[in-house]
Amino acid sequence: MLKVTETQEIKFSKELIAQFDEMVKRYPQGKQKSALLPILHAVQAEYGWLSPSAMDKVAEYLNIKPIEVYEVATFYTMFFLQPQGKYVLEVCHTGPCQLVGAEKMMDHLEKKLGVKEGEVTKDGLFSWRGVECLAACGMAPVLQIGPDYTYYENLTADKLDTLIEELKKK
Amino acid sequence: MARKLLFEHINVPGINTFDVYRKQGGYCAVEKALKSLSPDDVVEEVKKSGLRGRGGAGFPTGMKWSFLAKPEGVPRYLVCNADESEPGTFKDRYLMTNIPHLLIEGMIVSSYALGANTSYIYVRGEMMPQIRILEKAIAEAKAAGFLGKNILGSGFDLELYVQPGGGAYICGEETALLESLEGKRGNPRIKPPFPAVSGLYGCPTVVNNVESIAAVVPIVNEGGDEYAKIGVGRSTGTKLISASGNINKPGVYEIELGVSVEEFIYSEEYCGGIANGKRLKAVVAGGSSVPILPANLILKTTNGENRLMTYESLSDGGFATGTMLGSGGFVVLDEDACIVRNTWNFSRFYHHESCGQCSPCREGTGWMEKVLHRLEYGHGTISDIDLLVNVAKQIEGNTICPLGDAAAWPVASAIRHFRDEFEWHVTHPQEALKGNYGLAHYADPLPQIAQTV
Repeated sequence: MLKVTETQEIKFSKELIAQFDEMVKRYPQGKQKSALLPILHAVQAEYGWLSPSAMDKVAEYLNIKPIEVYEVATFYTMFFLQPQGKYVLEVCHTGPCQLVGAEKMMDHLEKKLGVKEGEVTKDGLFSWRGVECLAACGMAPVLQIGPDYTYYENLTADKLDTLIEELKKK
Repeated sequence: MARKLLFEHINVPGINTFDVYRKQGGYCAVEKALKSLSPDDVVEEVKKSGLRGRGGAGFPTGMKWSFLAKPEGVPRYLVCNADESEPGTFKDRYLMTNIPHLLIEGMIVSSYALGANTSYIYVRGEMMPQIRILEKAIAEAKAAGFLGKNILGSGFDLELYVQPGGGAYICGEETALLESLEGKRGNPRIKPPFPAVSGLYGCPTVVNNVESIAAVVPIVNEGGDEYAKIGVGRSTGTKLISASGNINKPGVYEIELGVSVEEFIYSEEYCGGIANGKRLKAVVAGGSSVPILPANLILKTTNGENRLMTYESLSDGGFATGTMLGSGGFVVLDEDACIVRNTWNFSRFYHHESCGQCSPCREGTGWMEKVLHRLEYGHGTISDIDLLVNVAKQIEGNTICPLGDAAAWPVASAIRHFRDEFEWHVTHPQEALKGNYGLAHYADPLPQIAQTV
């Protein structure tokens, strides 16, 4: 569901607009809408989530209707429509990962971070959620952290603890 | 040791860079194709090779290419499907990470064959590291004159771009992928028209899996006939198998099609046997969509013959006693795995990934997930098991794209082969919450009656 939690107007930086310009060049004349997904990724990498205001700005840039952006942003699971923690730990919990203990990893994260799936820790640093297959089944269980989507493989409770401590220090 | 066509040089240090890849004979297929073969010659070699789509459907690649419409003055597109999302499958990620130039080289040769001057590699969004790797490889290839205008003086131009997805399994379906590439929701299109006639931007388009495109490189280098010598019958060449689950050596293996399933699971060259000294219970042989088979049926067909890793042998017996090679996502379940939980897990996946366009899939996948959840958590009834079979039947074949079938098959096959385990969850709910049903008869040799069929 698209819920408006932010009304503050935002303005894209020159650097970000330059990135968009590069992306649009990949497609034939008049097919600039194809750049929508790469642009949304770039916006989310910058702001951490896709606010309605940001999506409206993207629509404006691509010269398409805002609804065309909303319908895409709500379809794809990678796009966050609510603010998240600085680090979103996404644990794969499909088939092969489940076979080798993904659910235990999720339980451990919940205990360690003290927040439920989808919630943000008080310091604003972390949120976590289970996601469907990340195509890394041979290194299961795995998790990923955006916006670079680095994979952390063959997870154990100890590895999770170390990872969280390292991220806190960053 | 089996022959390696794609991964021959995968362990050479620095093979992910242009220079090392080139030194190992990389981009020779581009030189050979552009300098001495016509586009139609390349299509012919691919046809001769017998290469079948490695994304899961197994449709002959050369034939798919020959369907491409070629109206005057209309651009044609080649789109590489790197939206690898089928649970149990991670071969494309592995290939793109370790030997990205193989894919780039395949894209150049294939684009030449199809007459495409702009091609896209659609990579699932979560594979941001692989996207960066491919972008770097493209820049290197371009700097060396293998991409851009007038490649190697042949007059052939090609621009190659990487497109990120947004996290949607459905975009692995080729028409959904094209919708997504056009900046829309990934709702599959009604076919016909097929992409070969009306694909990206309404233009003739071929969509091929990463591994299929990569396989074009050895096919052009060695010739289609040579490639076809590897394998058994209509399963020619090598195939990347992603092995995961309860095995000693999970990973991506390049096999010659025709290796026996038993050898693949137990030999040191491949999976190295079941982990922790456990016994084999079941295998999902080709990614989560294909029917799950119990140990006895995955190792031998009902004729008592060894089951082989080929399209034909794995599907021997139809869905009654066989399965499919699919994308080669080989998930092994040991004696401690719970079939009901595994089926529920896969069902949740399909419910989550259904695009919602067709009612049978949108409603059916959620319904199956709910019923499986209550069976797993001890609230199910015996009639729930038949209800699942019924719902699966109503979904199968009644949707625009194959996601509906993919959601129905794992459920139907799990009940077909492991019905007593489902019933046990109903009759022993408390025990089912704590422990598991174990092996039952699944690891036993086939009953006499089946062997004589």
